[in-house]
Amino acid sequence: MNQPASAYFIEERHDPNETHTLAVLVQNEPGVLARVIGLFSGRGYNIESLTVSETEAQKHLSRITIVTTGTPMVIAQIKHQLDRMIPVYQVVDMTQTRRSIERELAMVKVRGQGEHRVEALRLADAFRARVIDATTESFVFEITGNTDKINQFIDLMRPLGLVEVSRTGVAAIGRGPEGM
Amino acid sequence: MSDKSHDPNQMTGAAMIVRALIDHGVTDIFGYPGGAVLPIYDEIFQQSEVQHILVRHEQGAGHAAEGYARSTGKPGVALVTSGPGATNMVTPLTDALMDSIPLVCISGQVPTHLIGNDAFQECDTVGITRPCTKHNWLVRDVNDLAKVLHEAFYVATTGRPGPVLVDVPKDVQFATGTYHPPRKSDVHRSYAPRVKGDATLIRKAVAMLAGAKRPVIYSGGGVINSGPEATRLLRELVEITGFPITSTLMGIGAYPASGKNWLGMLGMHGTYEANMTMHDCDVMLCVGARFDDRITGRVDAFSPNSKKIHIDIDPSSINKNIRVDVPIIGDCGNVLGDILQVFKAEAKKPDIKSWWQQIAQWRARNSLYYKKSNDVILPQHAIQSLFEATRGKDTYITTEVGQHQMWAAQFYGFEEPHRWMTSGGLGTMGYGLPAAIGVQVAHPDSLVIDIAGDASVQMTMQEMSTAVQYELPIKIFILNNQYMGMVRQWQQLLHGNRLSHSYSEALPDFVKLAEAYGGVGLQVTKPADLEGAIKEMISVKRPVLFDCRVAALENCFPMIPSGKAHNEMLLPEQANDEATAKAFAGGKALV
Repeated sequence: MNQPASAYFIEERHDPNETHTLAVLVQNEPGVLARVIGLFSGRGYNIESLTVSETEAQKHLSRITIVTTGTPMVIAQIKHQLDRMIPVYQVVDMTQTRRSIERELAMVKVRGQGEHRVEALRLADAFRARVIDATTESFVFEITGNTDKINQFIDLMRPLGLVEVSRTGVAAIGRGPEGM
Repeated sequence: MSDKSHDPNQMTGAAMIVRALIDHGVTDIFGYPGGAVLPIYDEIFQQSEVQHILVRHEQGAGHAAEGYARSTGKPGVALVTSGPGATNMVTPLTDALMDSIPLVCISGQVPTHLIGNDAFQECDTVGITRPCTKHNWLVRDVNDLAKVLHEAFYVATTGRPGPVLVDVPKDVQFATGTYHPPRKSDVHRSYAPRVKGDATLIRKAVAMLAGAKRPVIYSGGGVINSGPEATRLLRELVEITGFPITSTLMGIGAYPASGKNWLGMLGMHGTYEANMTMHDCDVMLCVGARFDDRITGRVDAFSPNSKKIHIDIDPSSINKNIRVDVPIIGDCGNVLGDILQVFKAEAKKPDIKSWWQQIAQWRARNSLYYKKSNDVILPQHAIQSLFEATRGKDTYITTEVGQHQMWAAQFYGFEEPHRWMTSGGLGTMGYGLPAAIGVQVAHPDSLVIDIAGDASVQMTMQEMSTAVQYELPIKIFILNNQYMGMVRQWQQLLHGNRLSHSYSEALPDFVKLAEAYGGVGLQVTKPADLEGAIKEMISVKRPVLFDCRVAALENCFPMIPSGKAHNEMLLPEQANDEATAKAFAGGKALV
């Protein structure tokens, strides 16, 4: 073993990473988002996507949806670390439940003329993207779907004159009649 | 009648703060005034229920509050001003977070209309302290203040205890609003720590314990935090099972050092028998400890053949470093009580005679051996002498961080909890002196000793002035080897003995320094004079700096070399140059 002489034990971990979507129900109060984000940066966890909004105004509840990656042990740590924060009501691992729907929305601006323009419109139609702004040389498409679908659409737009993309990040909800 | 001027609950924010302290039974606070807390200091001036101890640096206030908390089980309270007052609290807050110490810090802030303006002595206190508190609050409305203060005390002292901070802008301190006494609705509904352990898991744990052939109990600071009942139950469990018990640095005192089942501390500088027992056990009961890296050594070789039961109130402590088989989330005292009840009803004491025989062989290696000298005081000998001289006395020990801390843990025998105050998780040099002040404030008639090193003690030396002002007769027992001993030891073992900046050049004359502060200075250089000097130190009823000149190059053993497992300890008798070089062979990266 090639451990350098050190006060700390250096360990290589070989567990494969998994991607999980976590829904976090929090008290909507100043600093709550900073707490959650600070936990991720402070402990070296990954954030692939983050979506936050107040969901129940009367109860001052916000819902934070985080897509993160890590080994199974790290994912479990993340959930526990989130759950012990004072303003956090509940943490649900939407990936673990295997009964959740994930969507995000993107607005995609494409600039081009002639055949490229026609092709962009055709593809938008195939992906059920809507035109929400248009000029004689550009479109803004609105597309909703899971992350893969949106990635695919953006890739297709690239050779057709992709200008910029704005994405909301992932929102997730469980299937069936039960709430969180 | 709506005449608010006669409503006793109408008061200024500053008055609410003092009122809340009184309502939470606080009798002593540690602080330092400044522009943004003057209204609170004005209120403190006009009352006598809360005594304020003026420190010389805010870090001192924080560590004193920690010492107060650890020695009493009650929350420690610190009061500091905005800006530098708050940033100076970052170290004690982090220290308290790592060691789960209940601390309530109240900080002043610039007036609300100036927040974000880079005003004089402004800093983003809640932003800076967010990662080093269990929770913190900025109070923008005086009518929220009572609720926040009550919640702050509740959060600090329940669940896994920890530090909290309440940041109060100066205009909120001046403003008048309605106070209310503590009530349940003050607390976030989302905060509900689990106290009771899962009954099925408890049964499973008892079955494992009852079937054990080579068991060990590994206890930590959680037992002490849980309160006196948890300590009593832990001792009872050891008694009725007959199991060996070891403990972390934080857990020292929960089981008496004179108890027959005591193995001594485990971990990097733990005893051979404790680490070997951990390594070879078949059932491990971890109570209120967190498998810290100083404890486990090499993780993939940590106690490879055991089933592990882990009791902790904090779910995030479970399966963080080491996978356990039976995780029980709950308060140590509560869960130990349930385990005992089931064990008594359904199990009988397992026969582990051969296991004890094995442990006796490990013990016989005498891993804490050191060679005494007639010419020079060995640091281990100094601690043993101190222990002998204070045995049976009402004594509290604090420490700084380094070799002296490990020697204190190894050689001073603690019989009761709350008697040992040390910075474990964060490893804060400069902790011990102010912590001793906090302990002495809480226990004015007890003997309070800070076992210190010559480097650590200089980090918060200014608090000697506090001790003198409040007539706190703390004893600062400095093991003076003229080095940052632990740094020097690592440099010797890992970095080719290149002693880069670890020599304490230009040390002050500690005797004169003590006298300059108005305290008492003592110095001893010869082993023959040690006992008499310690007696003198104890009999002096004033703050003492005790300059104990010890062997300069003594190393702290036994030791688990980095990257090694519990059963690969380096014992003192093996620690000749060649063996040491071999044990530490490798690169030189320090990470």
